[in-house]
Amino acid sequence: MTDAVAAAARPGRPATSGVIRRLPEYLIIWVPLLLSAGHLVSFALWTIWISFTPSTLVPVSGWVGLRNYTAVMATRNWKIAFDNLLLFGSAFVLLSLLTGLALAILIDQRIRGENVLRSIFLYPLAVSFVVTGTVWSWLLNPGIGIQKLVNDLGWTSFRFDWLVNGDMAIWTIVIAAVWQSSGFAMALFLAGLRSVDADLVKAAQIDGAGPIRMYRRVILPTLWPITVTVVVIQLQFAISTFDLVRALTNGGPGIATQLPALVVYDLMFQRGVLGRGAAAAVMMLLILLAVLLPYAAWRYLQRRRATHA
Amino acid sequence: MREQTFAPGRMLIYLVVTLVAAAWLAPLVVVALNSLRTNQEIAQTSMIGWPDQWAWRNYLDAWSGFCVAETCAGIRPYMLNSALVTIPATILSTLLGAVAGYAVSLWRFPGDRWIYGIVTLGIFLPQQMRLLPWTIVLRDIGLINTLTGLVMIHTIQGLSFTTLFCRNYYIAIPPELIRAARIDGAGFYRIFWRIVLPLSPPILIVTVIWQFTHIWNEFLYGVTFTTGQQQPVTAALIALATAVADIPQQGVQSAAVIIAALPTLLVYLLGGRYFVRGLTAGAVK
Repeated sequence: MTDAVAAAARPGRPATSGVIRRLPEYLIIWVPLLLSAGHLVSFALWTIWISFTPSTLVPVSGWVGLRNYTAVMATRNWKIAFDNLLLFGSAFVLLSLLTGLALAILIDQRIRGENVLRSIFLYPLAVSFVVTGTVWSWLLNPGIGIQKLVNDLGWTSFRFDWLVNGDMAIWTIVIAAVWQSSGFAMALFLAGLRSVDADLVKAAQIDGAGPIRMYRRVILPTLWPITVTVVVIQLQFAISTFDLVRALTNGGPGIATQLPALVVYDLMFQRGVLGRGAAAAVMMLLILLAVLLPYAAWRYLQRRRATHA
Repeated sequence: MREQTFAPGRMLIYLVVTLVAAAWLAPLVVVALNSLRTNQEIAQTSMIGWPDQWAWRNYLDAWSGFCVAETCAGIRPYMLNSALVTIPATILSTLLGAVAGYAVSLWRFPGDRWIYGIVTLGIFLPQQMRLLPWTIVLRDIGLINTLTGLVMIHTIQGLSFTTLFCRNYYIAIPPELIRAARIDGAGFYRIFWRIVLPLSPPILIVTVIWQFTHIWNEFLYGVTFTTGQQQPVTAALIALATAVADIPQQGVQSAAVIIAALPTLLVYLLGGRYFVRGLTAGAVK
């Protein structure tokens, strides 16, 4: 069959002239794909290579083994960034997951104005993190933001100064990030809720299940594959967070809200130690892989189970 | 109409949803109001308040008046830079991604799966892993600190997303359709023009909206590869915030923030459905 198609497709043209005639189409297929795949592979390897060299202001060859890695890991900057990532990552993922799920369940109660509400919860995703970070930096600034407003209203002892408080500043990033991306979790959960098997729900209703039992026993268990996806995507976002922090706290006060992406930028372009910057970037990639590889394995198993069932 | 609608439980649901929606809108409302208050008024009270007199002048200042670094041309040149990067890069990456997605989904060629697999890995590879190589490449080909350089980067990187979107859409086109066209003597381009492209508007809209939003909002490359007058608006906003830190100008700054956010917000308002589809499509794979 396929041979017949192939034969019909080129009715008796000499093979070489066919290749030349089809050159533009080969080019348009291959050039973009090769540029994309080529830059990904070569750039990743390039950065990995630089991370093993003693490069400072310009890339140089040479081999220093893991010295760049140990040097970066020994800095207070990286330690704080890594601890912050753990705290920010888990708090942000958990809170945006719960907020998104709660919003999805509420919106799924056949309420009026669903479209408007969905648009409101999703609009922050259309805006740049630089913009939202700037806006939140005003709102959370005790001198001009929410604290000032409440103070002016008469409650003079009210304090909401996390932005300038080294211990709490990381939570301002959690607030802004949850505000910005809960809508994403909501959208995915809502799609999941809408595809729950109606027969399953009906059967549970006949069994006399109340709404709470219904959600706990019947509906929520069907959502957990979506939950895993949401967690992985939000973690991926958390690991590479840069713009938001740059606009909201710029890593401060001091270095209290440092995150790995900021450390990479600082090492590469402010301190001019390319080897260490590359090492920090590779460590970011490793953290990401620690999330993505188990996810990929899980997806693979799921798909295999689906085809066998 | 139905008693159920007025049950206390439902009232509670509406109350909660309305309160959360208000909280979600609050930052936007606060900035929008601030963009119409004078700097003095904000300084005397707080960022949160109703304008005493409507300071429309803020928009004029933000657009073409205030100073970033040494130049006092407002946000206009940076908006123009962002447009000159975003529009060509969106069009190029979408068109090339459509052709590439078409090639990998409907034409088998040696190595197609491999190369497609690698291209989609671009969705996951952090920008930080590409910063140094891009810097070196841009410097070597003389495109550092140019808008052309940014267009090139966003086009090549965008291919990961655009190829994925289009491929996943085109894979649903029945192969019989393509086979029949080939028997009729149609080649690669003819099938693309006559069969695939007419089926594509939904996915092309999704892709264009996705690319436009992402490139417009991008910051790291903008701030790393360009300086001064060549910066896109996201980088200029940060520079502005640092520049005015001494003399507070939150009224004008708010106007600048609103102007910078407007293009993507408008795209979202006009094409929200497609925007959400892009979000979920990116998530499923």
